[in-house]
Amino acid sequence: MWPTILIASGAAYALKLIGYVVPQRWLDTPTSRRVTALIPVALLSALIGIWTLVDGSTITIDARVPGVLAALVALLLRAPFLVVIVTAAAVTAIVRALGWLP
Amino acid sequence: MTTEHRRAIVGDALALGLGTGVYAISFGALAVAAGLSAWQAQALSLLMFTGASQFALIAVVASGGSAAVAIATSTLVGTRNAFYAVAMAPILDARGPRRLLAAQATIDESTGMAARYEGDRSSARLAFWATAGAIYVLWNLGTLIGALGAGLIEDPNTFGLDAAAPAAFLALVWPRLTSWPMRAVAIVSLVLAVALSPFLGAGLPVLVAGAGGIVVGLALGARARES
Repeated sequence: MWPTILIASGAAYALKLIGYVVPQRWLDTPTSRRVTALIPVALLSALIGIWTLVDGSTITIDARVPGVLAALVALLLRAPFLVVIVTAAAVTAIVRALGWLP
Repeated sequence: MTTEHRRAIVGDALALGLGTGVYAISFGALAVAAGLSAWQAQALSLLMFTGASQFALIAVVASGGSAAVAIATSTLVGTRNAFYAVAMAPILDARGPRRLLAAQATIDESTGMAARYEGDRSSARLAFWATAGAIYVLWNLGTLIGALGAGLIEDPNTFGLDAAAPAAFLALVWPRLTSWPMRAVAIVSLVLAVALSPFLGAGLPVLVAGAGGIVVGLALGARARES
């Protein structure tokens, strides 16, 4: 685990530093800007799907699903960040405790 | 710059720092739930110091993905910092060791706060450094609390921590979903990742689905909210 952490941290730092070191016109093109704006949305959404609906390599509906749906409702109601997370955890914990879903 | 103006900037920075500090508690707890030690969680917050990439890394690790996929995913999520740095470089005009420090301080929040003071260089600089400083301290403190706290819980899933992670991601993506093309990118990536997961090794569906989402976004002409 340590090599993963150190290499990924080094890469994250290199990305931050590169913007200060290379001439602006090299990195700042309209296409690169558009792709960069899309990367976090695409990757994080993919991770949301995996963490909500996949267990190992199996697609499954378990207690995480109502939790994440509750988080969605909280976001629609403009709840602050912590409330969104606590809502998701609480709903999942309750559904699990009641034995409605694993 | 008046003292009052300066105080307002620092106040905003501290408020933002407190918010991300709370968020860091969930990061620390989730990192430990994903199988990292408290030290490893702390190292990520100290060294990587860019929230979305940290979350992405532990997400891949938790799902059993390889080290290479974990590194690739977290690095791709961090590419936007390079563009923040491009934007901040002329404002900060940092040289030597200060430039090395400025690089580490370049994150969503510090760049965003500095961007509020366009044309007022000294305010932008103060906003950048104050925000980065406040967040660095509170982000690491939050991580420590979360990591140590999660270690005390026997099975984090009893408390629904496994739903807290995707909920945190959803909250992270939410402010960026301001246009329909952007929402389409999110939905396509999510569905594709889930659909591919029975067929590809852990972690890979995220990269393939992410690439698919980006292609869809480019085709639809999705644009980010200008920050």
